[in-house]
Amino acid sequence: MNKTRIRVLVGKPGLDGHDRGAKVIARALRDAGMEVIYSGLHQTPEQLVEAAIQEDVDLIGVSVLSGAHMTIFPRIKELLKEQNAEDILLMGGGTIPEEDIAELIEAGHVEALFTPGATTTEIVSWIRERVKSYE
Amino acid sequence: MSNNFLSWKANYDTLKERKGPFFTVSSVPIDPLYAPGHTVDIDYQRDLGNPGEYPYTRGVQANMYRGRLWTMRMFAGFATATESNERYKYLLSQGQTGLSVAFDMPTIMGYDSDHPRAYGEVGRVGVAIDSLQDMETLFQDIPLDKVSTSMTINAPASILWAMYIVAAEKQGVPANKLTGTIQNDILKEYIAQKSWIFPPDPSMRLITDIFKFSKDNVPKWNTISISGYHIREAGSTALQELAFTLADGFAYVEAGIKAGLDVDDFAPRLSFFFNSHTDFFEEIAKLRAARRIWARHMKGKYGAKNEKSLLLRFHTQTAGCSLTGPQMENNIVRTAYQAMAAVLGGTQSLHTNSMDEVLALPSEKSVQIALRTQQVLAYETGVTNTIDPLAGSYFVETLTNQMEEGAEEYFRRIDELGGVLGAIRENFFQQEIADAAYRYQKEIESKDRIIVGINGFVNEKKDDKMELLKIDPEVERAQVRKLIALKQSRDNIHVQTTLTDLKEAAEGSDNLIPKIMDSVRAYATEGEIIAVLKDVFGEYREQAVF
Repeated sequence: MNKTRIRVLVGKPGLDGHDRGAKVIARALRDAGMEVIYSGLHQTPEQLVEAAIQEDVDLIGVSVLSGAHMTIFPRIKELLKEQNAEDILLMGGGTIPEEDIAELIEAGHVEALFTPGATTTEIVSWIRERVKSYE
Repeated sequence: MSNNFLSWKANYDTLKERKGPFFTVSSVPIDPLYAPGHTVDIDYQRDLGNPGEYPYTRGVQANMYRGRLWTMRMFAGFATATESNERYKYLLSQGQTGLSVAFDMPTIMGYDSDHPRAYGEVGRVGVAIDSLQDMETLFQDIPLDKVSTSMTINAPASILWAMYIVAAEKQGVPANKLTGTIQNDILKEYIAQKSWIFPPDPSMRLITDIFKFSKDNVPKWNTISISGYHIREAGSTALQELAFTLADGFAYVEAGIKAGLDVDDFAPRLSFFFNSHTDFFEEIAKLRAARRIWARHMKGKYGAKNEKSLLLRFHTQTAGCSLTGPQMENNIVRTAYQAMAAVLGGTQSLHTNSMDEVLALPSEKSVQIALRTQQVLAYETGVTNTIDPLAGSYFVETLTNQMEEGAEEYFRRIDELGGVLGAIRENFFQQEIADAAYRYQKEIESKDRIIVGINGFVNEKKDDKMELLKIDPEVERAQVRKLIALKQSRDNIHVQTTLTDLKEAAEGSDNLIPKIMDSVRAYATEGEIIAVLKDVFGEYREQAVF
């Protein structure tokens, strides 16, 4: 498929309903000219990966505020691998302590994590940089 | 405006003004000076009244904090019932005066700890409660006739409340002695917090069943805590928080009346829950306006006769969304100002956030600082010496009036959409909140709004490492083992009988609370009870907007 725009799935896994961050990011990415699909709430990693593949996205952005980040990110990565969809990048955001960020990134469970205080501009440029270098 | 004011304004306009913009945290523009001309229409009796007198702008009690301080109620709960029980006993020993239970997400969403959807979430953001057994552990050695307990639970509120009542019964405490609150506010779940299970109609039935059961059996219980907190955390403005919360409140009143109750039979047990954000005067005005609007509508529109039906009593929590990850200690200062606004706004109880809640559940040390913040406010600052000290301030009264006018405008728009349920279906609230959240974020990124440590006054040096509370993954495994053991040791035939009875009641129109209590007594799990109700009621799905 010939893609002219970066396609992103903004996903909200887990049982919590804290979707403020996910929605702000979804809108900022759309305003930055990307195609954004928002998963809605309460998604399982399986549902997110399936949607990402079906929608042929370049990247999944996942917002986690439930404390379940240490299980969710590795699980999504694992599923992407199983589905031979490792070309789909994974980024995340939410209330994630610094040492957990280091552990997740070092283990390759996620490409980047943004915590409260990160700007949408920062996130947009990170995505542009990474998706470009991938092509 | 008097000529004096005009000549002052002419002079002011010649002077230098530092770079603004001058607006509230909700982006409402603020004038450089408020003067008698702004508040010329205020009539003391009509608009303010003495404390404890209609329309209660100055407070719901005649003596307010001169009689009794607000309840210092710190929201807590994590891991297992045993560990949370220890935290509660610690907090009570530190001078806390009421308990406030935080549940984990599986409990909030109606899943047992062994459900696949619960994986990784058990005991993470609150305590895991699967059955009466956990509830008994949670309150072990805490006399339930002596403490008041607030439980932050909504979609499955009827079940957790039933567990609490039965746990008390087992302690020998009759239901009519119990005091406390269940949040039980499903409308704000559809609007903002998004922890729903059933569709709106059966959800509203469960709520009116609770109203009825409480009236006859648990008369001192606050059956609902109509919550603006989550609406604000989702990104709304102060005005939206006020208007949407009160609109929800009126929707519950209408549902109660429609279910055949007299307004005065249940309205005195309705309570509220607001956010206190960083914009000091805006928050105070919001809280003062809330009391006045509620009283006016309850009396004028719903014909309440009992004075208690007119009183808007509320809990306040400082704004979690205002806390910053960088320079986390600054959150202590933010929380202190927010707490003072809540007290000057006349709150009945208060939770102050801990500085580290931006990244994790709070550590014991940071919870203690947050509680001490309230104690300093209560015992050292002197703001409690007199009632509603800001009344008559040109600025505060003007803001209070603007809040009321703005809320009335929102009520009209909500009515046009077919009331709260209609407006939810139209995504009206969800879109309004998403727009406000996005605008706020843009203001921060353009630096029109400065947040210390985020886009201004950023430290070059990395913050010192903070000890954060960690939940051991073993918690989940232990909880699951406990649940499996329970399912093996209870009388499963009896459990099934009670669940079948419950299902029949759900298909009919009987009050469901006694049936739920029977299942709870038989040690049916929350997930089993929810599954039965889902069979009958179905599940809610939203169309997400951003």
